[in-house]
Amino acid sequence: MTDEPLVRWDWIARNWANGGPTAISALLENHVVMAFLPVLFGLVVALPLGLACVRWRWLYQPTAALMNVTYSLPSLVLFSIFLSITGLTRSTVVIPLTFFALAVLIPAVVDGLASVPDAVRQSAVAMGFRPARRLLRVELPVAVPVVLAGLRVATVSSISLVSVGALIGQGGLGNLFIDGWQRQFYTPITVGIVLIVLLAVLADGLLVLAQRLLTPWSRARRTA
Amino acid sequence: MNWLAGFFGDPAHWSGPDGIPVRLLEHLEFSAGAFLVAALIAVPLGLLIGHTGRGALLVVVAANAARALPTLGLLVLVVLLAGVGTVLPVLIPLIVLAVPPILVNTYEGVRGVDADLRDAAYGMGLRGRQVLFQTLTPVALPLILLGLRLAAIQVVSTATVAAFVGLGGLGRFIIDGLATKTYADVVGGAVLVAALALAVQLGFVLLDRVAVSPGVRQVR
Repeated sequence: MTDEPLVRWDWIARNWANGGPTAISALLENHVVMAFLPVLFGLVVALPLGLACVRWRWLYQPTAALMNVTYSLPSLVLFSIFLSITGLTRSTVVIPLTFFALAVLIPAVVDGLASVPDAVRQSAVAMGFRPARRLLRVELPVAVPVVLAGLRVATVSSISLVSVGALIGQGGLGNLFIDGWQRQFYTPITVGIVLIVLLAVLADGLLVLAQRLLTPWSRARRTA
Repeated sequence: MNWLAGFFGDPAHWSGPDGIPVRLLEHLEFSAGAFLVAALIAVPLGLLIGHTGRGALLVVVAANAARALPTLGLLVLVVLLAGVGTVLPVLIPLIVLAVPPILVNTYEGVRGVDADLRDAAYGMGLRGRQVLFQTLTPVALPLILLGLRLAAIQVVSTATVAAFVGLGGLGRFIIDGLATKTYADVVGGAVLVAALALAVQLGFVLLDRVAVSPGVRQVR
C-alpha cells in the first residue's frame, strides 16, 4: 500500500472509455446529468415560489423554515429514504438534490428581488411598465447577481453531493471512490476527486461568465 | 411507520456497543471534534482577514473551491493513506467541509460592518485590536453564528459517511441497513441523524438569542 502511487496513468487510459457502464467517461456523463438536473428543476420551481414569497410576505417565514429543515437533512438520509420509493434509479439522487437546490435558491430569489432599489421600481412604474413586464424587464434583471450567487452555491454543492449517491449505487464519479476503497487502490479515488473539482470549477466559471453577459451594466459602471 | 416502530421499539437497539446511545455519542464525538478544530482555524482567520483586508480574494476563492471537494472521496483517500481504524483521519474531511462556511461568513460579517461605525470606534480612541473585539466582532456576530451553524449542520449530517470506512456513529445504522437490506435500520438511522441536525439548528437559534447584543438585533 505504501508504494502505491496516487495516480496510475495507464489505469486511467485503460478505463477512460472501455465501453462499459463503469468507464470513467460514462460515470462523468452520469455525474453531470445527476448534478445539473436538480439545479435546473430547483431554479424552475424557485422562481415562481420566490416570487410568491415576495408578493405574499406571510408565505416566506414558513417556506424559509421548511427549507432550513430540508437543508439540515443529510443527503445520505434523503437518498436512503427515496431508495425505498424510487428504487435504483437516477431519480433517487435527483429528487433529494432538487430539495437541497431549492433550499439555497428560494432565499436567493427572495433576497434578489428584495435587493431591487425602490427608486428603480418606482421609475419603472412611472415609465409605464405594467407589473408583469416590470418584473421581466426590470426587477428580475436587477436581481440577477444575487440569484446567480445562489445558483453558484447550489451548482457547486450539487456536483459535490452527487458522489454521496455512490453509497446507494447511483453516484456518478462517486462510484470511483467505492471502487478505490474496496480494492485499496488510490487511482480511481484521485481521478474522482480531481474530476469533480474540475467540473465544479468549470460550472462555476460558466456561471460567472453568464453573470457578466446578463448584467452588462455592472461592468459599464466599473469602467466608467 | 412500521419501520420506525420496529427500529425504535426493539430493546436491542437501546443498549450495547451498537445501541443508539453509544452510536449517538460516537457521532457527537466526531462532529464536535471536527467542528471545534474548524472553528479554531476559521474564526480567527476570518476576523483577521476581515479586519485587515489582506489576502481576502485568495481566501474567498480557496474557500469556494474547497466547497467542491467531495467529502466521501476525501474521506476514503485520507483513511486509505493513514490506515484504517483510527478516528483522526475522519476528522480531516469534516474539517475541510466546515472551514469554508465559517471563514467566508466571518470575513463577510466583519467586512460588512458600517464604515462609520468603525471610524466612530477609532474616533473614541479604541486601538486596532479593541476595535476588532469590542466593535466589529459583536456587530458581525449574527453572520459569524450563521457560518458556525451552517458548518455544524453540515458536519453533523456528513459525519454519517464515517460509517462507510468502518467507524461508528449514527451512519452505522444506515450503511449496515443498506448492506443487509434492513430498511427499518436505514430509516431509523436517518431519523436519528435528522433529529440531531435539527437539534443543532435549534441550539444555534437559541445561542443567537443569548449571544447577539439586543442593539445589533434591533438594526437587523
